[in-house]
Amino acid sequence: MSVTRRGVPPDTPAPGGAYDVVVVGAGVVGCAIARELARHPLRVALVEASGDIGEGSSKANTAILHTGFDAVPGTLESRMVREGGRLLAAYAEETGIPVERVGALLVAWDEEQLAALPRLADKARRNGYHRTRPLSAAELYAREPCLGPGALGALEVPDEAIVCPWTTPLAYATQAVRSGVDLHLDCPVEEVRPGGAAEPHRLVTRRGVLRTRFLVNACGLYADAFDALLGRKDFTVTPRRGQLVVFDKFARELVRHILLPVPGALGKGVLIAPTVYGNVMLGPTAEDLTDKAATGSTAEGLAALRAQGRRILPGLLDEEVTAVYAGLRAATGAEDYRVAAHPELRYVTVGGIRSTGLTASLALGRHTVELLAGAGLELGPERPLAPVRMPNLGEAFPRPYRDAGLIARDPAYGTIVCHCERVTLGEIRDALASTVPPASLDGLRRRTRARAGRCQGFSCGAAVRSLFEEGVR
Amino acid sequence: MSDGPGVPGGADPSGGRLERAVDVLVVGGGPAGLAAAARLAVAGAGRVEVLERDRAAGGVPRHCGRGGFGGFTGPVFARRAVRAAVRAGAAVRTGAGATGWAGPLTVEVTAPTGPERITARAVVLATGARERPRSARLVPGTRPAGVLSTGELQQSVELFGLRGGRIGRRAVVVGSDPVARHAARTLRGAGVTVVATVADRPYGPRLGGGPVLRGATVVELVGRGRLSGVVVRGADGRTGLLRCDTLVFTGDWLPDHELARSGGVPLDPGTRGPSVDPGLRTSVPGVFAAGNLLRGVEPAVVAAAEGRTVADAVHAHLAGAPWPGPGVPLRAEGALRHLSPGRLPVGPAAGPAPTVLLRPAERLPAPLLTVRQGDRLLYECRVPALLEPHRSLRHPAHWAVDADPTGGAVTLRLAAEDGTVPV
Repeated sequence: MSVTRRGVPPDTPAPGGAYDVVVVGAGVVGCAIARELARHPLRVALVEASGDIGEGSSKANTAILHTGFDAVPGTLESRMVREGGRLLAAYAEETGIPVERVGALLVAWDEEQLAALPRLADKARRNGYHRTRPLSAAELYAREPCLGPGALGALEVPDEAIVCPWTTPLAYATQAVRSGVDLHLDCPVEEVRPGGAAEPHRLVTRRGVLRTRFLVNACGLYADAFDALLGRKDFTVTPRRGQLVVFDKFARELVRHILLPVPGALGKGVLIAPTVYGNVMLGPTAEDLTDKAATGSTAEGLAALRAQGRRILPGLLDEEVTAVYAGLRAATGAEDYRVAAHPELRYVTVGGIRSTGLTASLALGRHTVELLAGAGLELGPERPLAPVRMPNLGEAFPRPYRDAGLIARDPAYGTIVCHCERVTLGEIRDALASTVPPASLDGLRRRTRARAGRCQGFSCGAAVRSLFEEGVR
Repeated sequence: MSDGPGVPGGADPSGGRLERAVDVLVVGGGPAGLAAAARLAVAGAGRVEVLERDRAAGGVPRHCGRGGFGGFTGPVFARRAVRAAVRAGAAVRTGAGATGWAGPLTVEVTAPTGPERITARAVVLATGARERPRSARLVPGTRPAGVLSTGELQQSVELFGLRGGRIGRRAVVVGSDPVARHAARTLRGAGVTVVATVADRPYGPRLGGGPVLRGATVVELVGRGRLSGVVVRGADGRTGLLRCDTLVFTGDWLPDHELARSGGVPLDPGTRGPSVDPGLRTSVPGVFAAGNLLRGVEPAVVAAAEGRTVADAVHAHLAGAPWPGPGVPLRAEGALRHLSPGRLPVGPAAGPAPTVLLRPAERLPAPLLTVRQGDRLLYECRVPALLEPHRSLRHPAHWAVDADPTGGAVTLRLAAEDGTVPV
């Protein structure tokens, strides 16, 4: 088990051999696949082009743990979201990933949307979800007193939840590495030389050549480009940008549920959701682009979000904005994932994981391992994974700065460094010394919330940076 | 971890939260909080405790290396303020952060010695202000490294000794106020080239270092990983790319009102700081507010003077003076951006004319100031000065005695020379 960031990656843990499986792409899906493989006595590497896990779409999504009520019935996505949602809820409890089951309300703002609600309830049933409930306008306003005027009713989906999108892939990666997986970061794959019947594949990376018997493509936005390295042209990824605005924690009391739009003729609309960090999120936009690196926000996008946010929750716009970001969904033109095994290539593509990847990740991990086994990978016996317990980033769960016993044992947990988010020296020290440590201040933020608050570093930025660069003394 | 007299007690060995009582709890060890604590301790207010969340007390002046702080540099001003409070007998605690409320006058605190609940007979909120960050300004583009506020920049240079490439090589400063000049000076002193200052206002104080683009705005940040440039729209409407690796957003101050708000202290709609009367009493009996928490930013000497003002009101409160009624609210109109204090006792109870700080929204040569209560004109005057949006006008409210205590809000309005309100 190791995490490498530079130098020639160890070609194989055993001289003369090769990895059994290399998973390319350490987003939430790739990390989940690596973790699932780590249950077996296999030599596994997780290879990532960027300097950290979860650096692509995994860090910039709506952070919702879905029930799958609105998936297209009968699709792989429908099944993966349903199974994955249950698996992740249980895993989160076991490992300390913050989840709050706040429930969702699909709010109807006109007659057309109101008429669509029974159809959505029926679709939910076809997706195996039976707990939706219609709400009258009066019930809706009793639930959400700050909702803007004009809502006609809603469909309640009580099991929709919010989850920490940063801790989730980190927990998978941590558990995978602790269970024996090699994680090679800053290791973009530039070429694949497919092996013959008895020969391993050779992955030419910027840091050297890796050999592996089986290969998994979990490249997210770049899944089509990676497929092309193996001569496959099954789909094209069209990045669909979603811009999101995160509001100050003072907005949290304005909203109790995830407020979902009713999909209709006038487009998808935007959602408003609490976050596990105690903020409120507004978004996303949906813009089909060609540039897979276009993760910037735009004046038009932000203006459109604010206009929609003002209608849904008028008080929201009186609060300060804490963060603005944009993520890209890996749309492929299909109303489903693009998951395919290519036994002849000892290769599995896990592509087209649009917007529901966080929820589906654990199910996709299992499914991918089954596909690898079907393609000829001998899994061997299953063994327990190394246990993990993640630091809590959730506002609804105990945080170190309030824990008298913890501070008495270690005063570093009573030393707040980032005051907006109440992040202590102890938590920053722990993150820097963790199994998969951060490679940047942004990585540290995703592991601790340091600098993620309303002041954005005005008060603590220099101190946090000093701890990151000089270490905690 | 304490600059002052020893803090009694420590973490309860049973792992519980320590409960303590003081006479006056001052939250925030900047110019206002320290001045309040010094005066109260001298006056014999009992146990006066200052909570400073940072490693050292002194507040923002600690990291302002320039002069202009009552004849001193910022760090010297900060040290003198701390020394004065400690010598007066106040307990100045550092590394102790107030995180919330456990009762009307009970503050929750986290310190390396453990969590505490401190109950006070009077609480003075002096939590200061911060600059509005890039995200809240809704400046579009990517989210690269190299984007910071003046506060972070000055701390990096003055407190952590960063120089040259550790900060960046080519910087753009955003802002029209003197703080933009201070940021540019800090950058140059640290060996960073200031490519330009982008000042949204077409006029303003002298801004230093490199070209000043007046009437211009940053419309997009460019760069992946590290900032590589900013797209600027000039006064003529044309846009262009300025190559830089560092961008400093300056000014646009916001009161750090988290503790006030979470304690249910009503805010002034204009300043977004706590609504206070001339004694700097909030609407919550026993809770006071002073300094830049009240309304974004005024010079440190003004904040310190407010600390002395609030001390007198706290002292009267401790001596049993009744908590005054709310007074009448003051509202800002026209080219008046905001004012403080936002509530005044008026009529026969007005007392000596309180000073109101008026902050113009625009540059106004000799504007007309009118004060009305309903339809009634209380005061009208041509202000014989050039008002600038980065400076407040001190206005003695002699008209307060003439206002009706039951007559509702008093409106203060600034209008340009010709009577119009510039847009």
